[in-house]
Amino acid sequence: MKIKKAIKNVLWSFLILGVPSIISCTPSSDDSETRSATLLNVSYDPTRELYVDFNEAFVKHYQQETGVKVNVKMSHGGSGKQARAVIEGEAADVVTLALAYDIDIITEKAQLLPADWQKRLPDNSTPYTSTIVFLVRKGNPKNITTWDDLIKPGIQVITPNPKTSGGARWNYLAAWGYILKKELGGDLKKVNDPQFADAVKAAEVKAKEYLTALFKNVPVWDAGARGSTMTFVQREIGDVLLAWENEAVLALKEFSNEKFDIVVPPVSILAEPPVAVIDKVVERHGTREVAEAYLKFLYSKEGQEIAAKNFYRPRDPEIAAKYASNFKDVELFNIDDVFGGWQKAQRLHFNDGGVFDQIHQVK
Amino acid sequence: MTTNRSKRFRERSVPLLLIFITTAFLALFLLMPLAAIFVEAFRKGAQAYFASFNDRYAMSAIRLTLLTAAIAVPMNVVFGVTAAWCIAKFEFPGKNVLITLIDLPFAISPVIAGLIFVLAFGRQTMLGEWMIEHDIKIIFAVPGIVLATIFVTFPFVARELIPLMQEQGTIEEEAAVSLGAGGWDIFWKVTLPNIKWGLLYSVILCNARAMGEFGAVSVVSGHIRGETNTIPLHVETLYAEYSYVAAFSVASLLAFLGLVTLVAKTALEWKTKRKKEGKSISG
Repeated sequence: MKIKKAIKNVLWSFLILGVPSIISCTPSSDDSETRSATLLNVSYDPTRELYVDFNEAFVKHYQQETGVKVNVKMSHGGSGKQARAVIEGEAADVVTLALAYDIDIITEKAQLLPADWQKRLPDNSTPYTSTIVFLVRKGNPKNITTWDDLIKPGIQVITPNPKTSGGARWNYLAAWGYILKKELGGDLKKVNDPQFADAVKAAEVKAKEYLTALFKNVPVWDAGARGSTMTFVQREIGDVLLAWENEAVLALKEFSNEKFDIVVPPVSILAEPPVAVIDKVVERHGTREVAEAYLKFLYSKEGQEIAAKNFYRPRDPEIAAKYASNFKDVELFNIDDVFGGWQKAQRLHFNDGGVFDQIHQVK
Repeated sequence: MTTNRSKRFRERSVPLLLIFITTAFLALFLLMPLAAIFVEAFRKGAQAYFASFNDRYAMSAIRLTLLTAAIAVPMNVVFGVTAAWCIAKFEFPGKNVLITLIDLPFAISPVIAGLIFVLAFGRQTMLGEWMIEHDIKIIFAVPGIVLATIFVTFPFVARELIPLMQEQGTIEEEAAVSLGAGGWDIFWKVTLPNIKWGLLYSVILCNARAMGEFGAVSVVSGHIRGETNTIPLHVETLYAEYSYVAAFSVASLLAFLGLVTLVAKTALEWKTKRKKEGKSISG
């Protein structure tokens, strides 16, 4: 009886005392507030490895330059989803997203930065670029070499959901551009030439048919690019993954080149993932200086080299030449020439009721 | 003769078949995945397993999860006991509405629960806008995670205690009142001792859910490494970063918590059952 009572007492005291003691042993804030700064970088899915390397280099660089120790915090997810979080109040000092529209929407819905943000940094505020390639199973058993092969019956294509993922929207536009080019006899300049308006219209009908067929071959829609990569490499679903070049190369390396091959299509899109300081947030946090230095460091030789090592195509010609062997030559078209910029492309294709919704509902 | 034997065979084989199906089902859907977690976690040896916890992001995720449970569970205990006390011991108008409201978090998807908080404290509302401007962080910060966890674990304590208290009735409390006991005395000396095992049981379940919740927390967390990643979110992050051993190692913590919960739950059930039997014999 005494033992029973003792056990009871222990149980009850655990319940009553245990809880506050857990609270009290959780850590309080930083020990030294002086000469330190915190930065939150809200980024898209495949940049996880890039920013681990880059942040380490930046923290070292900035401490040497100014003596301030920066703590860079990261958040990753589908680009569209991340933009929405920033709009809803996630306090990002800087955003490094997959495409310009996702930053445009932050200015539009929440006015956290000026509308001309993309002119504030060189190269459309995109310090590195990429493109869309195919990741296939080792030996390419389904013999997929170009965009036309993706719509063959029985081919399973893995791509994320364009509503939430930036990479998925680049995939979509790359495919669309390829069909336009093919239908217009290889000359994408005709898209903006009123003389060929009818031909362009006919080509767009073909492009829509193509994407309808393509999406019929998609068995799973993940929310972000990394989710799709995991579906393809880990769960082993699908014959081909449409992916960022950097994401595909990374997956290849993770499995020591033994399980996958990369197929570079003859034509693809120049993907420009932009970066920006969120003015309203850095003003509130007093972090403008360090946030601007952070983005500027992306353009430095060191930053460019880190990007290249993580399989992003660097802007700096010298670094690009040094790493040229890492990047295959692809004929690239850009979004401004073919789609009239992101605002237009987003409105026509991806907003509610846009072409993507129409195609998707056919399915 | 033969019909008799075949009848006996049937009588014996049917239960055996059912037992076999149940065991096979349990092995396939419960034991195998559970074993898989530990196999994957120890794939590169014990050293790699323990190295997974020697990481500041893993530690921060564990701390955040403990903190969240340490706030959510006591709050649910206070709320649950109060609500169950009201509902089981008193008659009042709107009682059914209250019961329905308590059940609400069970009825709606955790993702929707998370979205409710994003809509309430996001920039969509005046309140949210004002709080963001003044740097008061609810969503995409720890308070949002705690709120979402409290919401999804809301019914656990109340739901467990209401039937128990209803079954016990109000006779003992009425006796206490007739002997001149006050409200607090009745609660501490009569009601609480009667429900303590049920309460402990519900606290264990509530705690397990609070630590393991993914959906609702994922929506409000913002996924900031080292700051708003709980254990389940950290597992997802690790998995997406090709760190499979680390992902399964951290996941094994949750699996272990699940096993402890199961053992504690069984022990409590056994105890309350024995107590009941003892009572019915003596009575």
